[in-house]
Parts: sequence; structure tokens; C-alpha cells
Amino acid sequence: MKTQYLLGNEAIAYGCLEAPVDFVTGYPGTPSSEVVEVLRDVPDRDYYLEWSVNEKVALENALAAAWCGLRAICTMKHVGLNVAADALMTSAYTGVTGGLVVMSADDPFAHSSQNEQDSRCYALFSRLPCLDPSTIQEAHDMARDAFALSEQFSLPVILRPTTRVCHSKGDTVTGERARSTRKGEFHRDPRQYVVIPAHTRALHPKLNEKQPAIRKALVERGYNTAVIRGPLAVVASGIAAAYVQEVLPADVSFIKIGAYPVDEEWLAAQVSRHEKVLVIEELHPVVEETVRQVAKGVPVSGKKDGVVPYEGELSTAAVAAIMKSFGITPTQAYPAVAPVADLPQRPPILCAGCMHRPVFYAMRRVFRDGIYPSDIGCYTLGLQLGAVDTTICMGAAVTIGSGISHAGEERDVVATIGDSTFFHSGIPGLLNAVYNGARMVLVILDNRITAMTGHQPNPGTGVTVCGAAAPQVSIETICRACGVSWVETVDPYDLASLMATLRAAKEQPGVKVVIARQPCVITARRANLRRGRFEVDPGVCTACGVCIGFGCPAIEKRDEKAFITGLCSGCGVCAQICPAGAIRKETRTEGSR
Amino acid sequence: MSESFDVLLVGIGGQGIILASNILGEACIAEGRSVKGAETHGMAQRGGSVEGHIRIDGKFGPLVPPGSARLIIAFDMLEALRYAHFLAPGGTIVSNNRFVVPTSVYMQGAPVPDEAAIRERLSSRPLCVVDAEGIAGEAGNPLSQNVAMIGAASRFLPLKPASLLGAVEKLVPKKTVETNRRAFEMGRAAGERCGGGKAGA
Repeated sequence: MKTQYLLGNEAIAYGCLEAPVDFVTGYPGTPSSEVVEVLRDVPDRDYYLEWSVNEKVALENALAAAWCGLRAICTMKHVGLNVAADALMTSAYTGVTGGLVVMSADDPFAHSSQNEQDSRCYALFSRLPCLDPSTIQEAHDMARDAFALSEQFSLPVILRPTTRVCHSKGDTVTGERARSTRKGEFHRDPRQYVVIPAHTRALHPKLNEKQPAIRKALVERGYNTAVIRGPLAVVASGIAAAYVQEVLPADVSFIKIGAYPVDEEWLAAQVSRHEKVLVIEELHPVVEETVRQVAKGVPVSGKKDGVVPYEGELSTAAVAAIMKSFGITPTQAYPAVAPVADLPQRPPILCAGCMHRPVFYAMRRVFRDGIYPSDIGCYTLGLQLGAVDTTICMGAAVTIGSGISHAGEERDVVATIGDSTFFHSGIPGLLNAVYNGARMVLVILDNRITAMTGHQPNPGTGVTVCGAAAPQVSIETICRACGVSWVETVDPYDLASLMATLRAAKEQPGVKVVIARQPCVITARRANLRRGRFEVDPGVCTACGVCIGFGCPAIEKRDEKAFITGLCSGCGVCAQICPAGAIRKETRTEGSR
Repeated sequence: MSESFDVLLVGIGGQGIILASNILGEACIAEGRSVKGAETHGMAQRGGSVEGHIRIDGKFGPLVPPGSARLIIAFDMLEALRYAHFLAPGGTIVSNNRFVVPTSVYMQGAPVPDEAAIRERLSSRPLCVVDAEGIAGEAGNPLSQNVAMIGAASRFLPLKPASLLGAVEKLVPKKTVETNRRAFEMGRAAGERCGGGKAGA
């Protein structure tokens, strides 16, 4: 036993080591990514570990390992579970032999996500058990124990931390790492693993028959608890339970839901002992709907009567305000304060020297009235440069692009997608676009890494998560195999070539692919690639503002003229766009700033 | 007012806020105290405004409620002002003396914030301004600005300097321990001189 200051995701990884886990898969996605990375960094690994190309692939690999008797975890962000849902839903029918944990990290407030969906709904939908930690310690303990729970019921278990668990830190007690001793072995059993209708009709009732015992076990294991103290009760789940505990008066009952499905008999008995009940949870009213079903006349407040918001994230201060409006006086009062109003915003921005920026710049010039579907990655920040018109989900740049072209839109469609997103789910869309005769340009922004989530390697990088050499797949060859006859690769730092390539693409019929390739500036810097900085000659600069409009964070205005700061990474694109020829490679030895 | 001593670290993605908040967290562990914290990961780190919450002796939620921070450590003076409403009555702001103008200000041709005006707007609160870049440069490693800031703030923290320094030594790369130790000590000395009201919890 050891107390450490751990990130929630680190704590989950430590829980896996204590289980112990035998097989780890995942696709990077904020706020889930660190679990796999922490497990990668463990010395003397005795488990299998991979970054998979998407969440469906990750879950199916982990499911196979669990069928072979191994303990497996598969990590993803909440929207990844949509991609993996096909496998998830039927894995509840087939069940598992070894413990399988599906970690789906939710993101209330959409800090880094396209929506605020609630993974607990997938648990209800699939009838799989789901653990919902309220603290980092619980996240650790639940991860450690989830494998045994999965084996007890022969079902995958969903672990659903939220951003404020995954990316929070705290003093956490961890135990000893256990050693993996299992060797996977597949036992043929078609009635379990071949879900033809005749088999699946027999498997479905088995899944349903397991439910009452699961509900009881989750109370017996202490995940769902009640402390009865007075006529009013607060029911809370997930991190909201931690917020509630901070400000809950001593005479108010506290019913904590840490796992699903909730035992309705047990819950009804707790609720019935109160005059009224307040349910506080983030996102979907999963707990509230159950409480309302069993309340039998006890008034219930929550989202459905407008006391708790449906969207966004909660906080201690928000929970205190909710309690107050319900008629409970919180133990702490928080002042009503407002931020100063008139400050310039500081949104995230593409790095100085990022290869995406010149691509967006060139697209805007070559395709002046183009339509720009885009995708999920750092390059979504191209929105600020006016070069991102749509983003919905992984891979959809290609399919939204082909759909717009088929819809009768006559303007050029120029879609952008990153390398990892292309591997994830862009390829079927490209195949479809070619097959069905779309007219579009697809620009693949190939920086050879999954940058936004923290630089995880992918099939284009040439290494696996564990650092082993892997074949660098050729995006050019994939595109040609999909039937694209016009594929060109270009260096985005060479603006003249980039523009010429885009102009050539514009003239071609059908689906055209331009691959813009430069390593991510962050990985390049880590690899010690130094290009030398650029500087502005103030005597030549005409203060025209062209380079300022380029939007590079290394370019500032000083005394009305452009000035390049120490953030410059030497891509040199600004020197190519300056109409006065005022930007050149730095001649001074000292960095400016 | 919370029972925990709440600290908010603010700045810009890439300035080393996660390491700085880890230093505080590790120091709490070294002193056997409970601690909760939260931080910004993911895309927001790409040059965006970021925050790190640390609740020394915290037992529940990781987020510092607005109006409750006993100390704000700002790596950028503009961010100090952006988050100033998190400060509790009587709390102190320890801020770097520099700020980065958001690129969008130049792109949109908006008025560039002025240092004197930012200082003026911060001045109604106990304020300690230090030259983290200067200190880090003098200590021998420009990357140690975050450690210099923690040094400057250490006088206002309910943690022993030895615990903080121990955490610095544990968390920074081995070959930079010496320069970071210097940055911490020089930062601490600058903190002693910078005003900001009464020291300690």
C-alpha cells in the first residue's frame, strides 16, 4: 500500500496492474488517453498492449482476448463507444470468459468533444454493468475490481469516468502490482460465439436472467449506498457525489449511486423513508429516471423539474446552489463573482510552424468559393482560418464531402482529414466516394502522428505504442487501392508547390487526393529537428498585415510592423507569403524576444 | 471559505502548469496531507488559456470554486486578470510580469492590452509581481520559469519550502535539478521582496 499523487487515468492504470490485466487496447481520445500510456511506461510489461486504429477494432481485439480467458481492458472516449457499439451490444449476449472492462470516458461540458453523450445510457441499452466513479480513489478501486465483477457475471463491464475524474489528481492509495499468469486459449463453442438467430434467441434470455443478481451484487459490493439522516435526501452519482458530500448538511440523507443497474427494490426502500428527494447527476437523468420510477408518491426533484441542468458539468458551487433552490442549506456559501468582461479571448490555436496552417491558407486561395468539410483533430482549429465548414465525427470529412457533391452543390468541395482520422474511419468513406462517383478533393493532413490527443503513434508512424518497429503504411497506396487515380503528395512548407498541386487537383474529375506531409512541429522539436528562426526586416516591412492574417502565434505586431518571436520554428511559410520580401532567415545568433 | 487551502494556477498551454501543479501535489503527499486537483489536458493546451486547480487538504471535489482561491499563481499577467474573480477575500495573486498577446488580437486588429492597464486593474488585490523569465535565465535554464513561479509563491503557501523543493527535485529531469533548485530559491527570494500582503495561511 502506497499513497501517491495520481492523475485519475494513472489511478485507473494502477488498478489494472493490480487486477492484473493481460491485454490492453484503445484508441486515443481526451479524456481517456493516459491509461494506455501509463501502462506502456510500466517497466517489465507482461501484458499485451496496442493502440488500435479505431474503437471498434480495439473492442473486438479485447473481446477476443476475453473469450480466450484473459483479463482485458479497452479504453476510449465516450464518442468512441458509438464506433464500438456494434461489438458492444452483442458482446452482452456472447459474454466473456476472462474479465473485460470497457472504459468509456465521458466529457460533461464537452471540454474536448463534439457532444455530451452519457455512456451510462449504453449500459442500460446493452444491459451491461457500469461503474461510475466519484473520486480518483474509487476510479482506481473500481478498475482493479471490475475484472472480477466481469468474470462473476461473464459479462463485459463498462467503466465510465468523466473528465473531472480522468484529469483530476489526488492522494490515492494503490496496492501491489500483480503478475499476469494467464495464457489465452480459445475454446470452440459456436452456440456462444456464433450469433446466428437460433443461438442469439437463446443467449438473449440468459442476459436478462443475470440482471437481478447483478443489481444485488452492486449493492452488496458497496457501490450503491445510503446513509439515512433526516426527512430530506440527496441522491447523487459520479463526481456529483463528491461535490454533494462537500456541502451536504449533517441532517440530510445521502444516497450514492456508483454502479448500474440500480437495485430498484433497494432504492425504493431508501427513497420511501423521506419526505422529498433531490437527484443530482451530470448529463442524462439516468439515476433520476430510476428514482422517479420507484418513488411512489415521494416528490422527486432533479432535471425533469428544472432544478438540475441537463447539460454541462457541475461543480461544488453549482451543487450548493442547486441544494439551496431545493430547500437544503449547504454547509458552505460561495460568493457570486463574475470574470472581468472585456478581455480578449485566448482560444487554442495551431502551433507556430504547424503544417496545417499553410494548407488552409493555400486552400482558401485556390478554392475561393470552396466548401470545406473537415474532421476531428488539431486541424479543426482551421475554423479560425475560415477553412473548416463542417465537423461532426471521426471520418466524416470524406463522407460529408461526397454527400455535398452528390446533393447538387456545384462549388468545389475540399475536405481535410488527418492521418490518424483517415486510418480510423476515413478509408471506407473514400472507397464509397470513388465507387459512387463523387466530385471532390480530399486533402490528407499527414503529420505522421495522432497529435491532438498527445502524440500517439499510428500505422503511418512506423512504430507501435511499445516502440517496436512497424511497417509505415502508405497512404498513397491505400488511396489508389480505393480507386483514386489522382493522388499527389506535397510538402506544405513549399507554398508554391502546394498551391500548384491544389490547382492541378481542381482541374481533375472525380475524387482527387492531395497528401500534405510534414511531421508535427511538436514531435519534430522533440526529435531535435532545428530549422532556424525567421525574422522581419523592419526597414523593408510595409505593415501590410498579410503575415499577421496568416495567424501564426510567432508573428506579432510591434510599432505597427510585423515581428517574429522566439516561438518561430522555422517553417518559412511567412517568408513565402510576404509581398514585400521583408521576412528572411534569422541572421542574429541570439534568439529574439 | 473552504476548509482546504485552494490554489489556482493559470497561464497558457505549454508554460508548464501541469508540472507546477504536480510540485504542489507532491509536496502535499510528502507532508502526509490530502490534496485534490484538476487540470486542462487535450486540445486546449495548444496555446489556449489553461488552469490548474489545487486544493491543499482537499477531500472532495477537485475544482476551486470562484471566489475561493487563497492564492492565484499566474504565469501570464493577462491570465491573472482573466481568473482574478477566483480569488477569495484576502487572497494573493502572484503573477509573472509578462503576458503574451493572443494572436487573435493581431488578426482581428483589436486593441492590444497594455501592461500598465492590466496591472492597474489587478492592483485592488494583494499582488506580487515577479520576473520569472529573468529569474529562470539567471538560474541558467529558461525552461525553469514555472519552478521560479512556484518559488515566488512559496511564501504564500501552507507548505514547507523543503517539501516543495523535494518535489521539484523529484519531478524535473535529473540533469536540470541544479538549475531548477536555483530557480526555486531565486524565485522565493523575489517573492519575499514583491509585496502581496501577509505571508502564509
